[in-house]
Amino acid sequence: MYRLGIDVGGTNTDAVVMQGSTVLAGVKASTTEDVTSGVIEALEGAIEKAGIDRSKISNVMIGTTHFTNAVIERKHLNPVAAIRLGLPATACLPPMVDWPEDLREAVGYNGYLVRGGYEFDGNPIAPLDEAEIERIAGDINAKGMKAVAITSVFGPINRAMEERAKAIIEARCDLPVTLSSDIGRIGLLERESAAIMNASLLSLSTRTVDAFAKALKDAGLSCPFYITQNDGTLMGAETVKAFPVLTFASGPTNSMRGAAFLTGVKEAIVVDIGGTTSDVGALHLGFPRQAATVVDIGGVRTNFRMPDVFSIGLGGGSLVRTAPSGKVTVGPQSVGYRITKEAMVFGGETLTATDIAVALGKADVGDASRVANVDRALVEAALAEIVRLLETSVERSRISPDLIPVIAVGGGSILMPDKLGDLTVIRPENFAVANAVGAAIAQISGEVDRVYALENGLTREICLKQAEEEATGKAIAAGAVLETIQVLEREDVPLAYLPGNATRIHVKVVGEMGGTHV
Amino acid sequence: MSDASALIDNEKLWVLTEADLDALEVGAAILGTGGGGNPYIGKLRAREAIRNGHKLSILPLDAVPDEAKVVSLGGIGAPLVAYERIKEGREGVRCIRALEERLQIKIDAIGCEEIGGANAMEPLIAAAQAGLPVVDCDGMGRAFPEMQMTTYSIYGHRSTPSVMCDLHGNVVIFDHAASELWHERMARALVVSQGGASTLASAPMSGAFVKKFGIPHAYTHAVALGRAVLEAQRTHADPIAAICEQEGGRRIFSGKITDLKRHMRGGFVFGEALLTGFDAYAGDEASVLIQNENLVFHRNGEMEVVVPDLIIVLDIDTGTAITTEMLRYGQRVAILALPCHPLMRTPAALEVVGPKAFGFHDMIYRPMAEN
Repeated sequence: MYRLGIDVGGTNTDAVVMQGSTVLAGVKASTTEDVTSGVIEALEGAIEKAGIDRSKISNVMIGTTHFTNAVIERKHLNPVAAIRLGLPATACLPPMVDWPEDLREAVGYNGYLVRGGYEFDGNPIAPLDEAEIERIAGDINAKGMKAVAITSVFGPINRAMEERAKAIIEARCDLPVTLSSDIGRIGLLERESAAIMNASLLSLSTRTVDAFAKALKDAGLSCPFYITQNDGTLMGAETVKAFPVLTFASGPTNSMRGAAFLTGVKEAIVVDIGGTTSDVGALHLGFPRQAATVVDIGGVRTNFRMPDVFSIGLGGGSLVRTAPSGKVTVGPQSVGYRITKEAMVFGGETLTATDIAVALGKADVGDASRVANVDRALVEAALAEIVRLLETSVERSRISPDLIPVIAVGGGSILMPDKLGDLTVIRPENFAVANAVGAAIAQISGEVDRVYALENGLTREICLKQAEEEATGKAIAAGAVLETIQVLEREDVPLAYLPGNATRIHVKVVGEMGGTHV
Repeated sequence: MSDASALIDNEKLWVLTEADLDALEVGAAILGTGGGGNPYIGKLRAREAIRNGHKLSILPLDAVPDEAKVVSLGGIGAPLVAYERIKEGREGVRCIRALEERLQIKIDAIGCEEIGGANAMEPLIAAAQAGLPVVDCDGMGRAFPEMQMTTYSIYGHRSTPSVMCDLHGNVVIFDHAASELWHERMARALVVSQGGASTLASAPMSGAFVKKFGIPHAYTHAVALGRAVLEAQRTHADPIAAICEQEGGRRIFSGKITDLKRHMRGGFVFGEALLTGFDAYAGDEASVLIQNENLVFHRNGEMEVVVPDLIIVLDIDTGTAITTEMLRYGQRVAILALPCHPLMRTPAALEVVGPKAFGFHDMIYRPMAEN
């Protein structure tokens, strides 16, 4: 049986066909406005190149940055009613209080504060004000909002009020509703913001997932398909329609997971070099190292776990220039997707990082004769600058003096030298489609994050075990195979200044997708 | 009651801008020495106060009249509760009004208990709503877990009668506590019944007392520290070097967290982070002992810095402070040590905030300033 991995980026749509751990074929195509035709072009190309029988494809995994880009570009976002249950608590900071003005406007800036919510021990702060929710439902209909996000104080501990409010809204409005307790962890503003962004993306996510489904159907593929989420694990297509925010960091995650897979290396620094920027991050045990601090998406704080990846302004299309001081600079400006017209080797007049690689004989693209006369000293100085930029960024991601390798992936990885400082560089076959490979190998996860009161004989060990069993149940329900389940994260943080030894427990398990376990 | 005090010279006030609050957030988090709660929510609330037309103003110490009545005020409870169950917003001003009512006095200015962490913001918000300034000093110069650990209490202030208010509108007056420790114990018990986070205002201090025993220039200092870090981040300079320069502090370690143990005892987080050094510290092993805040730093088994001196754990790249609950295996951190204020290292102060007060009976405080 085969697996098909597809990566739908802002510029390119890539597809790979895999059998077990072998990449049979990888193809790059352009992302199209309708999504569908780009996906079809890429997957038809990959299937043809691999020369396989498409009826033997058992699973399709798709990674996409579509929803992240929509938030960053403030496009395709729907007006949302943001309802918070918590009064009299939280009155001082209304929903979206810390959002950038333009994003707030893009989602309509409709915040409602309602009596309700819970204390840390699960007791109500106030009874839910149901009459107020009914009044809000009327307002939502009158103003023509398109989606609803409901967030209760301590919703992750007790979600009854969020569910009750949802039932009242649904009885009066024919709109999709996002509950914060389905999305995030403790931290009211971050969880609420994620729920609002999620609600604002629900039309786009439905359209996009339907476009994926249509592309696969048109290509004669009837197998189930999945979409990758932030941590490199999979969600069913229907789940993504309901929770598009969970894909926000899947781009860098897929490229790093793909790099780990293509090389078989589990401890490494991954450099994904694109046309304009390079993303650099560390792999630990084959997974991206997670960021320690709050991550911001489109100017909004979130508490998702995201890979600790940072970007530098170096890519294949980076401009190579000489400053008045004589110093040679590379980037951060880039010709971007116009590289195939503007770079010298492609007949243009702009000297780019790719031209430097060709001039040095490190890459064979375009017409090398067009850069044969470029000043040798300039070429050498530009190379030195490229190496310096890469070395600095790799050094930043290095978590130990151990000599771990650097894995170069992405279309621009022709810029990478064979050695970076004391570290060896690996450039795997199929490096250009590492994202699609990362999608193809993704696993299924289950997660629990909750505050437990360690009293009445309940110990830390018992609670961890309960949480692990619950997370395993969630993973299996999502399609994982029991025998392959392993714990990826297990964390217990005692909460200061509370009685009953309140402890926050977070457990995440991962397992192989059913039918892909080969 | 009328708002502005006749005793205060409004010409001398420093009115904070939104940019000052951004810097204060960064500076207060660093001075939190791992605890004190995240000042982000407080910053947003303070910013909303500015946007709603309130003035957040700081009264320089030398402009505090001797006879002024200064009431210190702060949040009490679990930082995680404050992060999820955000306050109603007027708890602090209700404390101020209830205390005025109980004592039949007019308060002239608000004081800060703890400049480290979330409690840097709380007095500003309450004072702005009450139309009062905040005195430019605090009682800790950092963060500490308990109320009796302020220079105010250490040098003789009796903090009752005090008032505690929650978001429901409950107002509780502690009329008399037999000692500062009793006050802490009773307040801590009550805060649980109020949902784990409340606001408390203590009995007034005289301006003369605050000038003598407050840790001076707390706000000026925290804002300057924050500005230095933000400026270094903006110009891609080394924020950690900027902090050391600003504070007269010392970088004592760079390393990666290799193990983390945490457990609870009596409502507090106890723990230890183990680190392996890199760069200039390659080959060194270090540890940080934690009780809500970072308390003791050991290098290769030798104690090097101990409470009340400040031990600060920062993200090595951004210079952002990492609180003890945010510590994770594998993090790359820089550790700085800053000397505490001389008021915090007298024999009387060390009784309350020295290593023995935290149960480290075999450790003797040695000021890092003299190393």
